[in-house]
Amino acid sequence: MIDVIGIVIICIGVAFDLFGCIGLVRLPDVYNRLQAATKCVTLGTCGIMFGIFVLSGFNSLGVKSLICIPFIFLTSPTAAHALARGAHIFGVKLWDKSRMDEYRRL
Amino acid sequence: MIVLLVILVISCFLCLYRAGKGPTVPDRMVAIDILGILVVGVCAILGYMLNLHFFIDIALAWIFISFIGTITFAKYLEGRNLND
Repeated sequence: MIDVIGIVIICIGVAFDLFGCIGLVRLPDVYNRLQAATKCVTLGTCGIMFGIFVLSGFNSLGVKSLICIPFIFLTSPTAAHALARGAHIFGVKLWDKSRMDEYRRL
Repeated sequence: MIVLLVILVISCFLCLYRAGKGPTVPDRMVAIDILGILVVGVCAILGYMLNLHFFIDIALAWIFISFIGTITFAKYLEGRNLND
């Protein structure tokens, strides 16, 4: 029973990863790609880690994968925010169908 | 488990496609950052499949190296110095 729960959680995580990477290829703009890929891949990889913890229990693999989860949740959005700010200052244009640019008015 | 690993490797190749094609410099860096997070999941699943517990140590180290590299590159894009 506990194996089935772990496998289902890992399947949900892998599906989030795959959809995030499809968004990384399909979307038109660097900001859109960043938004799609970062959120989906962060949640997906945390799901994989939690599934590994459920499958393997309290041994060295499970506890270390549980430790990985807060690190991913802290570092991945920080890196994405810094990259978006750097790309905007670097001068990357928005998509030509974008309606407004709130960050330029600050 | 093999099927999940194959799907993750396909996602890694999609990231590599964007890193090779991307029209601007931040596109490539976004793709490499996402690839770093995907490799962590690949390491965890490989460590469970092969019953080799040191693979998760590689994943923990990879998170920090990827984070530091991305932050450094973002500061370089803003045109600031690294000790700023």
